[in-house]
Formats: sequence, C-alpha cells, structure tokens
Amino acid sequence: MKAGFKFCVVFLMALMVFAVIAGFGAAPVEAADFNWKKYEGTTVKVLFVQHSIVDAIVSKLADFEALTGIKVEYSITPEANYFDKVATSLSSRSGDPDLFMSGAYQLWDYSSAGFVENIDNFLGDSAKVVPDYDAADIVKSAVDALKWDGVPGHAVGKGPQLGLPLAFEIYSLAYNKRAFEKAGVAAPKTYDELLKVCDALKEWNGPGSYAIAIRGARDWGTIHPGYMSTYANFGAVDFKAENGKLVSQVNSPESVKMNEFWVELIKRGGSPSWSRYTWYEAGADLGAGKAAMLFDADNNGVQQNWPNASQEAGNIAWTVMPLAKAGDTPYSNYWTWAMAMNSASKNKDAAWYFLMYFTSKPFALYASVDKNSVDPARTSVWQSEGFAKKMAQQEGYIDTFNKTIDSTTILFTPQPYFFETTTEWAATLQDIVAGQYKSVKEGLDALKAKMDEALKDVDL
Amino acid sequence: MGETGAAKSAEIDYNEIPSNVRRRPYYIIAPGLLILIGILIPFVVAIFLSLTNYSFRLPTWRFIWFRNWTDAFKDPSFYHAVWVTLRYAFYATLTQLVLGVAVALLLRKDTFYSRVLKVLFTFPLMVAPAIAVLIWQLMTSNSVGVLEKLLNFFGVVNFPWASSHGTAMFTAVLIDTWVNTPFILLLVLAGIQSLPKSPFEAAQVDGASAWFIFRTLTFPMLKPFIYIGLLFRLMAALQEFGIIFALSKGGPGDTLMNISLTGYITSYQFGRVGKALPYLLVLWALCYVVAGVLVKRQRKLAKLAQGY
Repeated sequence: MKAGFKFCVVFLMALMVFAVIAGFGAAPVEAADFNWKKYEGTTVKVLFVQHSIVDAIVSKLADFEALTGIKVEYSITPEANYFDKVATSLSSRSGDPDLFMSGAYQLWDYSSAGFVENIDNFLGDSAKVVPDYDAADIVKSAVDALKWDGVPGHAVGKGPQLGLPLAFEIYSLAYNKRAFEKAGVAAPKTYDELLKVCDALKEWNGPGSYAIAIRGARDWGTIHPGYMSTYANFGAVDFKAENGKLVSQVNSPESVKMNEFWVELIKRGGSPSWSRYTWYEAGADLGAGKAAMLFDADNNGVQQNWPNASQEAGNIAWTVMPLAKAGDTPYSNYWTWAMAMNSASKNKDAAWYFLMYFTSKPFALYASVDKNSVDPARTSVWQSEGFAKKMAQQEGYIDTFNKTIDSTTILFTPQPYFFETTTEWAATLQDIVAGQYKSVKEGLDALKAKMDEALKDVDL
Repeated sequence: MGETGAAKSAEIDYNEIPSNVRRRPYYIIAPGLLILIGILIPFVVAIFLSLTNYSFRLPTWRFIWFRNWTDAFKDPSFYHAVWVTLRYAFYATLTQLVLGVAVALLLRKDTFYSRVLKVLFTFPLMVAPAIAVLIWQLMTSNSVGVLEKLLNFFGVVNFPWASSHGTAMFTAVLIDTWVNTPFILLLVLAGIQSLPKSPFEAAQVDGASAWFIFRTLTFPMLKPFIYIGLLFRLMAALQEFGIIFALSKGGPGDTLMNISLTGYITSYQFGRVGKALPYLLVLWALCYVVAGVLVKRQRKLAKLAQGY
C-alpha cells in the first residue's frame, strides 16, 4: 500500500514535470528569439507622403536595416501629388513599391482594383508576428477604419485588413489665443458664434490677415476634414442605397443648409486664396499669424505650435468644432495614415517585417515622444506619461481629443470612386463659393448628377 | 533585232543582284521604320483602348466600341475642355510671341548690356515648368509672396491670382510667359543675326525710316523664324499640363480644365483610362491639323523670304 502510494506520488510528480516541460515547449517564441534576419539581403521599396510620421520612420531606417538586413529604398512626395504617384505605380502591377502610405478612403479605390494585399495573411500567422507585437494595442477605431469587405455602401470595420495605421487624425478648431484676446472674443461653440467671431477677426493682424483657414483646393482633401465633419453635424449624408444603387444625397435639404453656412463662413472669414489651400497652406497661415483659426486636422496646428516652429508657436490652442448648439455631440470625420502592401509585391514577407517594425509599440512611442508625430495609433502611447507630458504644452489638445474621439468615425460611404466623387465635390464647392451658380441648391443639384453618373455602373 | 538585243542586255535581272545589295534599301530605311513603329505603338494602343472600358479598377476589360467617344461628345465638359485649351493656347502664344519679338528687336545691337541681358533672359528656360510654378506660387502667396508685398504698395491687398475664376487664366499664362518667352527671344535673335546686311544698308542710304525698314524688311524676313516659334509654342500651349496642374489642378471649379488635364485626371486619378483617351486623341488631332497648317505656311514664307 505504501509502495503503491509512493509510486503514485512519483508518477504524479513525473507527470507534472513533463507537463511543465511540454508546456514550455509549446510556449510562443520569445521576442528575442524572433528571427528578424530571415529576409536579409532583400530590398523593400516604399512610397511615403510628406508627414511627421515619415520623419520619424526615416530617422529609424538605419536601425531597421541593421536589425533585419533588409535594405529600404524610399521616396517622399508632397500630399498634393502623392496619390497620383501611388495610383500610377500600383496600376503598373510591377510590384514596385512593395509598401505605400494611404488613407482608408484611397484604399477603397485601390482594393477594388485588387492592388492591396490583405494584411490578415500576416497578422493571422503567429509564426510571422513578433511575439511582443501586441496587435490588440493598436487603436481599434484606426484598425477598423482600414477594414472593408469591398461591397460599395457597406460600412468599414468588416472584411480584409487593407493596411495598418501609423497615425490618425480627428477634426477640431485650433485658434490663436493672442488673436482672440486682441479681438476680445471667446472660442466659438456654435455656428452663429463662429460667424460672429469671423467678423470680429477680420484683419486682426494687419492687412491680409483673416479669421479662419480652411482647405479649398480642387481635390478630395478639401472635403474630408472640417467640411465633412460639419456636413455630418448638419445631419447630411453623402450617399444612400436606393434600388440597388448608391444615390448621391448632396442636394438634400440638410446638405443645402450646411453648404450655405460653409459658403458664408468662407466669405466672411476665409482666405481670399481659399481655393488653393491644402493642408500645408492652411496650417502655415495659422502659424504665420495670417489666420486666427484653423478648422482642420487636430495635428495640423500642432506642427505650428512646437517651440520655435512658427511665428505664432505657443499661442495656439484647441477647442471642439463649432456645432448647432453648445453641448451637441461633435461628429468628426476620421483619417488615418496607414501603411499598405502592394498585392503585386515580390517581397511581401520582407515588406511585412517593415510594416511590423514601424507599427510596433516602441516605434510608435519614439515617433510621438522623441519625434513630433501626434495622434499615435497605439493605445499604450496615449496612456504613456511621456506622451501626456509632451502634449501638455498644446493647450486644449488632449481635452478636445477626448471630447471628440468617441463620436469620430469615417463619415463617407465606402465606394470605389472616392477620388472622382470628392474631386467633383471640391470643384463644385469652388464654383458655388465663386457664385458660378444662381444658388447653392443649383450647384448641389449639378454635383448630384455628376456623382450619380460616376457611380452608375456600381451595383450593390 | 540588234536594238532589242541591246535593250535586253541593258535590263537588270533582279535575281542576279547579290542579295545583300538587294536588301540595302531596307537596311537604309530600317532605323526610320523602327522609330516610326515605336511612335505608332502607343498611338495604336491608345486608339484600341479608347474602344474599351479599360480602367485601373477593373481586372478585365471589354469592347464597348464607340461609347467612350459618344459619351465624350455628349458631355459638356468636353467642349469646355476644348474651349479652355484654345483660349489658353491663344493667350499664351500671342503674349510670348509679341514679347519675345519685341525684346529680341530691342536686344539686336551687340552691346555689353545686351549680352548680359541675353544671358539673364535665358534663365527661366533652365527651370522646369513645375518648379517655375512653385516659385510663382511662393511669389504670389498672399501670406509671404513678394508680388503680394509689391502690390500692397499700390494699395492692392490679397490679389487672388490663381484662386479666382477671373484671374486664374491670367496667372497661368503669366507663368507660361515667364518660362517660355526666352525661347521665342533666342529664336528671333538668331533670325536677326542671320539676316543679310545689304538690304538694310541700302534702305538706310535711301533715308528710309526705322518703322519703314521694320515693316518692309525686318518683319517680312523674320516671319519664317516667328512661324517656327509660333509652331513650337502653340503646340506646347495646346498640350499644356505641368503649369496648370501644379498651379491649381484645373481649378477653381473647372476654370483651367483643358483637354490635357481632363484626360490626365480622368485617367490617372479616376482610373478611367478608356474614357480619358478620346479627349487625348482629339487633342492629338487638333495639334496635327494646326501643325500641318503652320508647317505649310512656314515653308511658303521661307521660300518668299529667300526670294523664290
């Protein structure tokens, strides 16, 4: 009996030891054991847009090359011409570039043409993912914004992962505190207040200075920031599914009302060169003391507000975008700069290493704290002390972000002719502001016809 | 019989010619033929694709025959693009010709200052059009532009330049003129230097006025050179893309949407290659016809100037 008991104890202990050893054997590979050199000698080609996150990436390329032995060739193009270059390169199907930066909307166009690799093919394979990558730490809304099932009209958040986010942005009102003090006005909370503040800030800093910088160039970039957010806050939508087709709603009563407000805003407070303004001009005018407000991406003004970054550095603060009445929910459009993979790439695994490295937690922290890329796509960075300390010098930035982020989403209806419909939208808006139509409604009726024509072959 | 025999002996039997000699004409025309084929391939492909629904977004394509063409001709934006193209070409070419000829005549005497000015005037030619636009965008910027500051002295604030429907064409033509007038200038200067001296000396001896000499001698003899300048600049202005695209992407609205820009944006930004090609082929046809007329006229003038 005693011998039997002893045998049982020894057997159980042996079983436990075996189980522990077996358990260790089944444990995932340690980060230190991950073979970063697996694709040594490969060259990866990347298209970058001019952006603060790219400054951070470029500064770490040498480290990446040393870690992996992968050589990186890249080009940086200003945003105004960037997507033409991407479309041309992808459509050549040559596999060059392997990776490219993109927003979610552009990926609708590119993925419909079959140009985009599904990142789930890598993320879903634990052997290809460095163990401490922690994909769950990537901001969920940014990850979801880059998922789309390819069906026009279907919302984002489902389907293949078309890219991984590097950074994102929401839309808010940046304003020059000095200008507001000088004019004796407070930050506007409603549309009416905004128009009144525009009147008060006319030539606030001498001849040629004006109240509010807004994008107005003849491209999609004009529509997606403050304009689209305000459009949604007026209750307007871009498309509705009707009889198996996406039908433009740009001439709806809500849209007409919103556009009438927008035209008045530009006329009462905008730059006389509004129709040439892209991200760069709008931000630069705030920094140069030319514009007193900037209704654009929250991080645009930040780049002007770092110490010594511009003439008005230190004077810029943020507040929630103006709404119909104070306290309303601020619906903001959502933009994320992501890195996507060319489906024709011949170096997909090496490209994945690049993607993994530059969307990792350590890099995201470095890009946001040591460099100047804000709105990081990693939750851990938002929660880090370093980031909080750094952003404390941007008055109202974090507070505005927190008040807006929960009601931030992509406000466009996903469809494969995003470029065409939004370019026509911007061109028509320019015509409406210039008085080329008898009324705002007439301009929007013409725009609706163009948008419906663009999507006539798209079946739901 | 003797004559017939002589004629027969004079005839060359093609088969008796060595094959390498027989092939010689083909060798001679081969490089030209290859270049011609090289030129024609994209052209033929363009015509072919214009009959399809080829798009960057579609994995496959199919023939839709003349639908792209009929759609284009039914679309008001096509006629708008043609109108913008013609207006732009007219304003830009006329301005450059008048300025180029005028400055060339002013610089025709060989002095120290004219030599310095000739060098300075060629500087814009060395600048790529897109870079020239960037320079001008900075100069015309209402925030930091030197031209804005200059206009401020005269009480003009926030001149709209390319931002306004009313001044966008003027701004684009202004930049085009800055870049390309030196081309006309150099061409006409070369023409002036090649003119024979004796008719001018004879006219001066006879006491002819400067205006009379210009009207009856200088201008008629310079016409072939001016026509060459007209041909080159008109062709380039009809096809203008770089300046307008970098300046305003065709805006505001559709103000500067000429054929080149409409074709490019439809093709590369919207991905509708088949739809864009009728625009670009119409532009080719327009240039072909205009160039044909101008070349014919230039040859006639050159003969007249040479006294034929």
